[in-house]
Amino acid sequence: MHGPHTEPLLHGVMAEFRTPEELLEAIGAAKAAGFTKLDAYTPYPIERVLDALDLHHSKLPLLVLGASIFGAVAVFSFAYWASAIDYPLNIGGRPLNSWPAFIPATFEGAIFHGGLAAALGMLLLNGLPRPHHPLFNVPRFVEHASKDGYFLVVESDDPKFDGPAVRRFLESLAPVEVNEVEN
Amino acid sequence: MSTTYDGAPGADPIGQAPVLAPGHTPASVTERISEVVNTKLTKTPRWWLLGLAVGFGLLNLFLLAVTNLFMTGIGIWGNNVPVGWGWDIVCFVWWIGIGHAGTLISAILLLLRQSWRNSINRFAEAMTVFAVACAGMYPILHLGRPWLPYWLLPVPGTLNMWPNFRSPLIWDVFAVSTYATISIVFWYVGMLPDLATLRDHAKAKVARFAYGMAALGWRNSSRHWANYETASLLLAGLSTPLVLSVHSIVSFDFSVGIVPGWHTTVFPPYFVAGAVFAGFAMVLTLVLPLRPLFKLKDFITDRHLQNMAKVMLTTGLIVAYGYVLEIWAAFYSANEFEIFMVLNRFTGPYAVQYWLLILCNILVPQLLWFRQVRSNVWALWVIAMFINVGMWLERFVIIVVSLSRDYVPSNWAMYHGTKWDIAVFAGTIGLFLTLLLLFIRFLPALNMFEMRVLTPEATKAHGEEK
Repeated sequence: MHGPHTEPLLHGVMAEFRTPEELLEAIGAAKAAGFTKLDAYTPYPIERVLDALDLHHSKLPLLVLGASIFGAVAVFSFAYWASAIDYPLNIGGRPLNSWPAFIPATFEGAIFHGGLAAALGMLLLNGLPRPHHPLFNVPRFVEHASKDGYFLVVESDDPKFDGPAVRRFLESLAPVEVNEVEN
Repeated sequence: MSTTYDGAPGADPIGQAPVLAPGHTPASVTERISEVVNTKLTKTPRWWLLGLAVGFGLLNLFLLAVTNLFMTGIGIWGNNVPVGWGWDIVCFVWWIGIGHAGTLISAILLLLRQSWRNSINRFAEAMTVFAVACAGMYPILHLGRPWLPYWLLPVPGTLNMWPNFRSPLIWDVFAVSTYATISIVFWYVGMLPDLATLRDHAKAKVARFAYGMAALGWRNSSRHWANYETASLLLAGLSTPLVLSVHSIVSFDFSVGIVPGWHTTVFPPYFVAGAVFAGFAMVLTLVLPLRPLFKLKDFITDRHLQNMAKVMLTTGLIVAYGYVLEIWAAFYSANEFEIFMVLNRFTGPYAVQYWLLILCNILVPQLLWFRQVRSNVWALWVIAMFINVGMWLERFVIIVVSLSRDYVPSNWAMYHGTKWDIAVFAGTIGLFLTLLLLFIRFLPALNMFEMRVLTPEATKAHGEEK
């Protein structure tokens, strides 16, 4: 156990693989060995990797739904308040609460807030923006993670984490290279 | 289409061209596309500089025209009474319509799992953003008092009143500003992984820093991809009704009015179809020359051209149906003003524009029924140009022909655009060209990470899940 202000020396141990299949096998092996804090890095999203890491529980849809409902309610309420209460305008004797006419702006308000929530929420949930990260200290990661490399990282906050043992384990999976990622 | 994920990329049971030329790997796709951006500044292709010079020249014409407009007033344009909407609104609707193909390609085709869109979506999204920028300026320039556009927004001020939420013009403000915002967000979020790729492979320090900041620290983590894929789907799901609403609301600008020829119920769907029709024509107009110039034939294949031509043919037929229905509705209404409006289009002073419109938008696109035409790049380009012109004429016919002869003959007047109308329009084309050329030179114009998905290596990883 370390104190609240001391960072662990390592972010994790990283292994690089040549193909998505090798990566998937490695994820399977790591899970079988009891590791739980795993992350994979791939140059494009791969459904099966997300499945293997059990990552299909994004909170984003709820956030977007909430934001859209807020946007719709906010714009409609404002249109009602502005047109019927604060500045009532009699147009051809029609009702002041002419709600069908408020719908286009209400709809756009819902989309506006939902769309911004989708983008900003994605960044928030991903902990971005964060221009630097320990992973970028690994030269092959910078060179290949956004091109043709498939990386698996066992992170140091895994309860079973033990640097040298993790390295030996990852080396047994026939990777291209294994690197300790220093914080 | 799930068929593209089985076996070779783009393998198709009915023998269409592949969506990605064979032999590509994630690395080769990345290198080929980022090469366009990573080329040294001193090695910028000549044609690009020439194009930028033309675009930037026209942009300066725009500044000149707008300066004169602000100093003198709307009188330098051809607008008069009763034709209060002239080239300004014609061009506004034209530009905003062009933007719609970008959203269709990026959002609707994503939801429909059309993987052929992967190579053209980024470019089309950029086209949307730039076209909306051009469109958005027109209503403000047309205000007459262009320093007061904030009156359209519900901001508290010394006026002590609010915009009228019952007015289609206010709906338009909400629709277009939402559309501009969400298009930019969609475009930027879509670029994040590719900006990270450029950061990782940029040679110059400045470039690495700039792309690094723009990429916000994206690191291809699976945790990131999971949220990212969800965000893309949600944005696509929100953009789809948005794009339909925007041009519907633009059509309400007309159809809520009382001018003859402006309120058939077919207006919203036929405006939306027309927008997609015009947008695909503009995508083809731009992509056909860029494809050989940047040697992108591996990524934008004959399959893309065929598909885009088919979308144009389909939406063109919907537009043709709209034209026929307008005529039918006029006679069915038995309203003498509506009937007069139709006959006035056929034989009145603007008959030339009307028949040119029919030629450009209905007759010429019928050539797209033939496979030989669809696979001939020159023919496609010429047809796309016809449609660009035709869609401009369509808005001219709707706006000017109706306004110039409405109810009372003593109120009739002819309308002609002036050289300043032309200068502003040419200027917006300059702005569009400038932005577009800067975009293809400095940002990833093709979606690299989605192109990697189309390589055999990736389709193999995907294919086994079925």
